[in-house]
Amino acid sequence: MAVKIMIPTPLRQYVGKRDQVEVEAKTVAEALSKLAAEYSELRRHLYTEEGKLRSFVNIYLGDEDIRLLQREQTPLHENDVLSIVPSIAGGTALRCICS
Amino acid sequence: MANPGRTPYPRPQSVPNSVLLHDGLQAGVQRHIEPPALHFEGKKEMATLTLTPTEQLSKDEILRYSRHLIMPEVGMEGQLKLKKAKVLCIGAGGLGSPLALYLAAAGVGRLGIVDFDVVDFTNLQRQVIHTTADVGKPKLTSAKESILELNPNVEVVTYETRLTSENALDLLKDYDIIVDGTDNFPTRYLVNDACVLLGKPNVYGSIFRFEGQVSVFDARKGPCYRCLYPEPPPPGLVPSCAEGGVLGVLPGIVGCIQAMEAIKLIIGQGQPLIGRLLVYDALSIKFRELKLRKNPECPVCGAQPTITRLIDYEQFCGIRGEEHTPVITGIREITAREVKKMMDEKKPFVLIDVREPHEFQICRIPGSKLIPLGEVPKRMNELNSADEMVVYCRSGQRSARAVDLLMKAGFRKVHNLGGGILAWSDQVDPSVPKY
Repeated sequence: MAVKIMIPTPLRQYVGKRDQVEVEAKTVAEALSKLAAEYSELRRHLYTEEGKLRSFVNIYLGDEDIRLLQREQTPLHENDVLSIVPSIAGGTALRCICS
Repeated sequence: MANPGRTPYPRPQSVPNSVLLHDGLQAGVQRHIEPPALHFEGKKEMATLTLTPTEQLSKDEILRYSRHLIMPEVGMEGQLKLKKAKVLCIGAGGLGSPLALYLAAAGVGRLGIVDFDVVDFTNLQRQVIHTTADVGKPKLTSAKESILELNPNVEVVTYETRLTSENALDLLKDYDIIVDGTDNFPTRYLVNDACVLLGKPNVYGSIFRFEGQVSVFDARKGPCYRCLYPEPPPPGLVPSCAEGGVLGVLPGIVGCIQAMEAIKLIIGQGQPLIGRLLVYDALSIKFRELKLRKNPECPVCGAQPTITRLIDYEQFCGIRGEEHTPVITGIREITAREVKKMMDEKKPFVLIDVREPHEFQICRIPGSKLIPLGEVPKRMNELNSADEMVVYCRSGQRSARAVDLLMKAGFRKVHNLGGGILAWSDQVDPSVPKY
């Protein structure tokens, strides 16, 4: 399934400044994994060293949080839009996820 | 860690002494008047009614708020609700500036402001409640002056203090609505938890560079901040001092939306952002709305809360004191003066600048080679490990990371310029601008 992943401004520098990336994937897990594989600098912002999705980064399918769907196993359909929504707190603390 | 010996804060069943808020919550204030059959035309006298001072508008106020009064969605009833409302603004900075000004302009009766900071020159790019003449003054002094010049009817109560677990509940309890204009994670979690414990709505707004988020967290009816983000990012996840920066007008827009949400809650009109997260991308001018759901297992607002008192939020966010990034040990530092001495004595060394190209445009130390930090791993082959090297950035933190990377790759003669180009400006060449 061709899906679009919306990239939030703090992470755009890792994807060549693009605001969205298209990938082919059947589940959310596959889509994010392909994104991280294509843009390796992005990986550590999305995943812990153990390979788990970071808790302060929320993923939305359309306007619904995937935690309320089937999390990373949520199936995707053609032209679905995934959004990465990180926790932000003003101009200070986000240096933590932006190098 | 929760304070030992403190009893859990009782969760209120109703909201005492509050104005009637959005959705038919219990109103503690008795209203002595029927919905108004009064009309305002030009400067006609108001019919006299037996009203207490906070339940009527003066002639001046009627003229001042006329553009509200002639709207059926506001009218006298709505304006009086604004006059009786007590709103607490946490922060008088980027978000707090437009927020406080617009709430004051709208006629909110009491505005509390919490801030312990002083106006800095770099604030003026966005903190429009302060002026050039206010640089060096406490933000509260400057904010209060601006508000009273705009609308002397507002009662401005200032709290020149850091919001902490010890004072938050007392400080927040006398207000109807809390608006979060802070810029750090510990305070956001503190404000959230205090609002949940007190049963107060928390109008949330946050920004970064070109993106903003707004929501209304009211745990009595919907999710709280922890339902959205159970945990903050650990500091130093990617150690860096790269200043995020922010487009000045962005907090202006987000702060105004927060003011709008607060006003909607007060006058009971429209649909507030409860259960919704508004995400604003300024670059593409996109507003997106994402659904927020209450997490039934939320530790603070869920069915079985495990957090029933305020905790140590610095510890929760993994921060100790003012340190936000981990200290990289084992690297050699050199001072700006020592580098200048090496230059004067014509000692051979390579000076490497690991900032971004746009920073290089602002200022640089003469003779430096630019290799942005992100490119250091790829471009190490441009460097000769036999050379003495000094690495710098803006304040010394990114360059520390670069030195660490170089040393791990086998470079031995590398030094970090302590304090970065800021220190160079202070100690060696004041003509180098600071930013």
